[in-house]
Amino acid sequence: MTTRGFFGRRPSDDIAQRLPPGQYETKDFPVLAKGPTPHVALARWRFTVNDGPRPLASWSWPEFEALPQTVWRRDIHCVTKWSKLDTTWRGVTIDDLLQAADITPPSAYLLAQSHDDYDTNLPVADLLNGQAMIATRFAGAPIAAEHGGPARLLVPHLYFWKSAKWIRGLRFTARDEAGFWEQRGYHMYGDPWREQRYTNDP
Amino acid sequence: MTLDAPFAAQTRWQVAVIDRIISRTPRVISVFLRVSLGPKVAGQHVDVRLTAPDGYQAERSYSIASAPGTEGIELAIERLEDGEVSAYFHEVARPGDTIEVRGPIGGHFIWRAEDGGPILLIAGGSGIVPLVAIVRDWSAAEPKTPVLLAYSARTWEELVFRDELLNTQAHQSNFIFIVTTTRGPRHRPEDFDRRLDQSLLREVLARWGRTARDVYVCGSNVFVEAVTAGLVLEGVSPGRVRTERFGGKN
Repeated sequence: MTTRGFFGRRPSDDIAQRLPPGQYETKDFPVLAKGPTPHVALARWRFTVNDGPRPLASWSWPEFEALPQTVWRRDIHCVTKWSKLDTTWRGVTIDDLLQAADITPPSAYLLAQSHDDYDTNLPVADLLNGQAMIATRFAGAPIAAEHGGPARLLVPHLYFWKSAKWIRGLRFTARDEAGFWEQRGYHMYGDPWREQRYTNDP
Repeated sequence: MTLDAPFAAQTRWQVAVIDRIISRTPRVISVFLRVSLGPKVAGQHVDVRLTAPDGYQAERSYSIASAPGTEGIELAIERLEDGEVSAYFHEVARPGDTIEVRGPIGGHFIWRAEDGGPILLIAGGSGIVPLVAIVRDWSAAEPKTPVLLAYSARTWEELVFRDELLNTQAHQSNFIFIVTTTRGPRHRPEDFDRRLDQSLLREVLARWGRTARDVYVCGSNVFVEAVTAGLVLEGVSPGRVRTERFGGKN
């Protein structure tokens, strides 16, 4: 359905092919969160991997910083329609994290859990084989609190609400349990290329 | 997994007819749409989609200003500098034109009568839009619940829905409406002319004399960061504070 009098600003072809449907490019870095920004002191920061209620492994900040570090440049896509291209992150891939603790995933799903009681669900397969990291640096500097620092999940191939800010751990779950936004109208998987924004999107 | 309404968004794109467009402030218009959406809750938004002749499409989200019971929906749209979709609404759109919308969407930044109160609403600039929907719904459904609305704008002229909110205050004894203007003089003795920082929040909360059950803060990210940091320092539980933000980090 053509909108009378609307011509818009079609991006250049090289940008357009990197933008999923309904997205526009921003050079800014918008901030979205369900509530106030938590300020997490590094001295009391811990990252824990749980199988349900049972802890499998845990790291303090210095221990986490000693894990193998990986740098990525990726495009990120927020469900609120903005995309930001060529963002650079440093952190620990989920592959390296699990290997360091000698963990074989005990189930096919997990919840990423945050310091502000936020959580979001993901298939474990989407975090492995170089697809996700716990990021601690953005553009070469510590991640600002508003953007999820000290540490956030980075799963760039899914809408960015899946990349939980202020992450404190991963909890393997027997089933695919809906997280915070997934219980409030947003899609269980969230593939931007299939425009899976809301619950009933195909 | 399918969730019950209202949290399951109505995701089908629908044709909406622009019924009327009115000026709210020098930079904000209200666009009234004729469209039949599913059940609505105050605070929700819709997605809007525009299509160019060559097939190019632009999508944006806009908060719904009208109360849930209203027929059709009202969107209040600020003219953004360099805005692609807001420029269309401000310069091109006219009654009778059609656009596509889907929604209502959102199960977090919402208020329903059964949520009760007291309710603390804090708006910066065009962040008033989802909050005016809450005020309108509250006024119709639950006016015994105490509400404080603190609204910060650059000037008195830029307060969207100003006269309506003043009128609500005149007729609803449980509604406290406090304005602060950051680039212009205050107009009423009870208002302020400085930023809504921790000290001003303390003053405002003391005047209200209530403890909010739920707090809703909407505005630019810079505004929301400053307000929520102040609220938390004033002892408000972060878990009671819902935010909706636009724009980035300075």
